[in-house]
Amino acid sequence: MKTIKHLFGIADLSREQIEYLVNMGESFIEVNRRSIKKAPTLRGKTIINLFFENSTRTRTSFELAGKRLSADVINISASTSATTKGETLLDTGQTLAAMQPHVLVIRHSLAGTCEFLAEYLPNTALVNAGDGAHEHPTQILTDLLTLKQTWGSPKGKIITIVGDIAHSRVARSHLLAAQKLGYTMRVVAPKTLLPSQIERYGCEVYHDFDAALPGSDAVYMLRVQTERLTDSCAFPSIREYHEAYGLNAKRLRAAGPDCIVMHPGPMNRGVEIATDVADSLKSHILNQVEHGVAVRMAVLAALCGGQHEEKSTDSGKPLSDDKAQGSLA
Amino acid sequence: MSGTLLIKNGHIIDPANGIDTVADLWINDGRIAGIGSFEGEQPDQLVDATGKVVCPGLIDMHVHLREPGQEWKEDIESGSRAAVAGGVTSMCCMPNTGPHIDHAGIALQIVARARQVNLCNVHPIGAVTKNLDGKELTEMRELSRAGCVAFSDDGLPIWHAGVMRKALEYSASFGFMVIQHAEEKALTKGGAVNEGWISTQLGVEGMPAAGEDSMIARDIMLTKLADARYHVAHISTAGAVELVRQARKQGLKVTTEAAPHHFALTEDEVLGYNSDAKMSPPLRTEADRLAVVEGLRDGTIEVIATDHAPHHEDDKRCGLSCAAFGIVGLETMLPVSLELVRDGVLSMSDMIAKMTCNPARLLGLDSGTLSTGADADVTIFDADATWMLDRNKLVSKGKNTPWHGKQMTGRVTHTIKAGRVVFSDGVVHE
Repeated sequence: MKTIKHLFGIADLSREQIEYLVNMGESFIEVNRRSIKKAPTLRGKTIINLFFENSTRTRTSFELAGKRLSADVINISASTSATTKGETLLDTGQTLAAMQPHVLVIRHSLAGTCEFLAEYLPNTALVNAGDGAHEHPTQILTDLLTLKQTWGSPKGKIITIVGDIAHSRVARSHLLAAQKLGYTMRVVAPKTLLPSQIERYGCEVYHDFDAALPGSDAVYMLRVQTERLTDSCAFPSIREYHEAYGLNAKRLRAAGPDCIVMHPGPMNRGVEIATDVADSLKSHILNQVEHGVAVRMAVLAALCGGQHEEKSTDSGKPLSDDKAQGSLA
Repeated sequence: MSGTLLIKNGHIIDPANGIDTVADLWINDGRIAGIGSFEGEQPDQLVDATGKVVCPGLIDMHVHLREPGQEWKEDIESGSRAAVAGGVTSMCCMPNTGPHIDHAGIALQIVARARQVNLCNVHPIGAVTKNLDGKELTEMRELSRAGCVAFSDDGLPIWHAGVMRKALEYSASFGFMVIQHAEEKALTKGGAVNEGWISTQLGVEGMPAAGEDSMIARDIMLTKLADARYHVAHISTAGAVELVRQARKQGLKVTTEAAPHHFALTEDEVLGYNSDAKMSPPLRTEADRLAVVEGLRDGTIEVIATDHAPHHEDDKRCGLSCAAFGIVGLETMLPVSLELVRDGVLSMSDMIAKMTCNPARLLGLDSGTLSTGADADVTIFDADATWMLDRNKLVSKGKNTPWHGKQMTGRVTHTIKAGRVVFSDGVVHE
């Protein structure tokens, strides 16, 4: 299997690589449940979590994943970084890379952040922890681990994803994973919350949530950002949104007795998901959170493991020659 | 310039006069003296154009020179140097400078500076509205007297239908042409690339074709209402080309231009978040590209203009969504346009017309012709020469081009401005 140098998105992973990461993640679940949660895998490694957007579970799980594997982990958030002094993303990236971390985990509202930075940071492994509406690969690996634990394999299953698909990196990453792993995605949203030509992912597109429910093996709810309401007229009111696209107990029953509920968090109770559903036995939402730590341990281990050989001839130059010239011209 | 210059044995193509022949071109005291055989004459200077095309100096009617206000991106001197390196001897500069070209003083300053540089004719485009804010009309007559050859708020649309109507009516009263950057901002706000499958995959906000088409549709109706002259800048969609085609069939005074990137490239260029392929309007789909090509072929699109938009590295090196809109174009205009000739879309003469006599006619310029007595603005190019484009070797201050590292076919060998060789063998002569 090809070694993984960076993790930009599900788009760049083969089916084998996805399964490898999910399987390794599964093996780490046990470490997290021990009383002494420590393994020596990443001893001597430095990991920097660079978060330009707010995050509870992704940032914390990356931090725990690194620490439980004995890496040195630094967290930087936008409010404490020099970006508040006008430093550019590229300069922040190069500055941190100059401190020779093994891995830089980045969340940013800019789609393509890792692709952009990778061109200038040749010696640092980059992990996308969510970039704009582009991809959120570790969330999907987390979900796949949850599905593996529940179903064994997602192959042939139907996952119905509901909400603001247009602005969702989770949706895009899932749509890519579905194509690689052979499960079906049903996307459900009003047209105002669907991106252009979404059907080209090979998914089924619904505007009627109730029509999409029968046969669903999982219902995957996405948070609806209430700012969309005022910014883009995407829907008229939370009341009407919940009525049309909210998951409640009645809808869940319509999906069938074995249908599970997932949500990447954070939840808006009473908007996209009713409390009784969120807290029901069918909800795997907290399992997803637990598996998030395990999968991120796998990602960090895979990146650090595959990186040793490649690092031996590094020159550490921040810019290639022609880039440096261009910036002077 | 006094003295004589003989361009020998070139393939002379002058669409303005229907000339397409191998002959000599004789230049005397900075003016065209004749086309024919000048065997035995003793010129002060001789250029052997054997195997090359000799045509009127190219006109680029859509350029951003950035002076005054953003001289770190480009200035009149560097832009003029880039122009002649690309075979362009006359160009129109857009008014979104700082201050804007919305009063005569700025227009006069630009014209004076261009004369001082003395490489390329620079004709300012005046702003339609003061401060480009889409509210109050500028003093178009005074701007015209100061050298402005048309009016536009380019970079921004004239979005308000009422203001656009008045702009068209007022400009039509004096025979002026309004150039519209057709973009319904309510539909394109936040967008970085064409809206479609590519924007969805990248997770980047898109700019739908309908944002361009809807404003052009509105403007065509207003043009009819006002009986005015309306020119669509940088047309990029299949829908827009068809709207212009139908308007012209109705006899409306509607014209348009296409930029080389819109007929040569598609939105695929932005895959991988390439900010050097980001411009407004954005690169569109293959169907749109083919519609622009067809518009050029059937004459709906009369002009090729570059929308040369130099930016500093800093404005591009920040990720696709944050990067500034625009690419440089002056130095790639000719080789990229020659693809249309190689593909059999246009004859060499028709291609040259779209960069010489057609824009000259729309703008009322004396240039764009090899008529006897005209200013001897001449471009000589080798249509078959191949070369590798290196962004760092561009003459423009702007290095933002999607053609970096790509093979180009067709190269300007000489640019002659009023009888003086201002560019030859890859070197600009001040």
